[in-house]
Amino acid sequence: MISTELLKRTEFYLLIVILIISAVLSIVTEQFLTFSNWFDLLRNNSFLGILALGELVILISGGIDVSFTATATVAQYIMGIVISRYVGNLFLAFLIPGVVGVALGSVNAVIIFFTGVPAVVVTIATLNAFNGFLQFTTGGKWIYNLPGSFKNFAGINMLKISRPDGWPATLSILVLFWVGAILITWLILNRTTIGRKLYAMGGNTEAARRAGFSIFRLMIFSYCYMGFLAGLASVVQAMQTQVIQPNAIVGRELDVLAATVIGGASVFGGRGSVLGTVLGVLLLAIVRNGLILLGVSSYWHKVATGMIILVAVIVMALQRKFRTESTA
Amino acid sequence: MFKLIEKLRERHSEILVLFLILATIIIMISAATGGRFLRISFLRSLAFQLPMLGLLALAQMGPMLTGGIDLSVISIANLSGIVAAIALTSLTGPQAIIVAIFAALLTALAAGTLNGFIISFIGVSPIIGTLGMMIFLRGVALIVTRGSIIAGFPENFLYLGNGTIVGIPLPLIIFLLVVAVFAVIIAKTPYGLSAYMIGSSETATKFSGVNTRWVIFRTYLTSSFLAGITSFIMLTRYNAAKAGTGFSFLLLTVLICVLGGVSPEGGVGKVTGLLLAIVILQVISSGFNLMGLSSHLASALWGVILIFSLFLNKLMFSEGRGST
Repeated sequence: MISTELLKRTEFYLLIVILIISAVLSIVTEQFLTFSNWFDLLRNNSFLGILALGELVILISGGIDVSFTATATVAQYIMGIVISRYVGNLFLAFLIPGVVGVALGSVNAVIIFFTGVPAVVVTIATLNAFNGFLQFTTGGKWIYNLPGSFKNFAGINMLKISRPDGWPATLSILVLFWVGAILITWLILNRTTIGRKLYAMGGNTEAARRAGFSIFRLMIFSYCYMGFLAGLASVVQAMQTQVIQPNAIVGRELDVLAATVIGGASVFGGRGSVLGTVLGVLLLAIVRNGLILLGVSSYWHKVATGMIILVAVIVMALQRKFRTESTA
Repeated sequence: MFKLIEKLRERHSEILVLFLILATIIIMISAATGGRFLRISFLRSLAFQLPMLGLLALAQMGPMLTGGIDLSVISIANLSGIVAAIALTSLTGPQAIIVAIFAALLTALAAGTLNGFIISFIGVSPIIGTLGMMIFLRGVALIVTRGSIIAGFPENFLYLGNGTIVGIPLPLIIFLLVVAVFAVIIAKTPYGLSAYMIGSSETATKFSGVNTRWVIFRTYLTSSFLAGITSFIMLTRYNAAKAGTGFSFLLLTVLICVLGGVSPEGGVGKVTGLLLAIVILQVISSGFNLMGLSSHLASALWGVILIFSLFLNKLMFSEGRGST
């Protein structure tokens, strides 16, 4: 039965919650259900959305990563130095962060695999190490003089919808990177053997090892993919703000983790979906957006976010409990 | 018998590694600063700074022994400190301090009850449950303070963090007392034993007749209580309370525990190792400060030291395994 299958899915409940909140906000505020609000919302959350997809892949494989904000910062800064001082090439602006991200991701995977220490501890250590060295070597200096091509590219709009007041609603090209990351991640997880292996490894590492999977290769893949997406997200973030600050990204790692977990990914591994993760990011984004539109003081944003996380994880834990009790 | 010897060697090697690291660092810093490092005045400032981080690491240790983690320790210390600060600034007279201490500890215990309930009775994973609490409590702290700083505490309260008894800093005395009590609880009581056992295998512990839920609940309650005690030292050290203070210490508390030999998978870890790890980190941070080096470099070094000691422990551990 389709209906009972649907009732078991976290994504289904998330969608309902999102629809209810959206309906309420559409009635209560005038701006919520407008193109310009939604286009802005998508643009402003592309950065978090891309990172959440990387965290999803890691969580599915049974790991966890909190170092990606440092990875993104390092990738972004190196890119910023190269394109502002040496070659203002747009292609390099995408290539460098990707390469740096993959390199730092492989550092994580190698340490986790060879020490056998839980990923959360290793990535806390690398978060400190990457970020500390970057802050130390750069002295926290901002990079302003980004080349014109970088600025122009960020200004490209994919869609323009004219409005009566003369300011058209525009959908930034930056959203395309989020959409691209969604498609690629979906393909990897659902249409490749690597994806199946990642789910299997997260569900039961020992069983996966005995089935003959190379745990090391799978770990390298997942942490490098996270690193790659961190690099990509860092470019999107830099294009959005048009300035590179070494302290802008670190500190948001737990927000990303929260969005992924709300989307139904389990920190025990083996569970999670691209749709759920996107919905998790959207739920947090819509709530934040709604609070702003309602004129609620920004002090309440964190409380609201914390409440959503707590309610979501409590509901999911209770669901799990009842399910195991009914099958037992 | 062989197992016993092996275990002793293993434990010994871990403490030995920490001692070696500490000695190397002290020699390096002493050489670099031309002996300034070993002066009494510097050691005293070290003794004033160490307790705050030490107490927070101790708060992290209990949950980690049971195989969990508490990401909300700093949020709890922060919010308790704010509650105490409000009591201290809005009341007058000697009862203000007593009310402040009680209010802060109650706040911490309330947060700990919530943590314990969510984790042990509802079954949310500790990393996610305490993450939600961390963000939530941080938000509450922001709402309560409206983002402003609360300052101006009575002299006798500040004495708690800045005074000395026969030359020994009061915060250090408080810290050592708490450490002693904590060490006895986890090493000598049935509760402590159960906590270690849960860290090794929760299912096995449950089937051996231990009320695991209750033990886990108490673990998070204790963690919050320690965070509450830390809040006083934080208040007196900064002489102000503000939402968001000390958040950079969060990941550091986990790092100290692991460096001190507490297994992130639970079941293994001793207070002695933790103490050594705290001293190492504080020596690096104060030493770097003395040498005029960036605190960022110190933070990078913490990460590197942790990774280094993980590799070293792994090497020694697998060597011990291989000999059987």
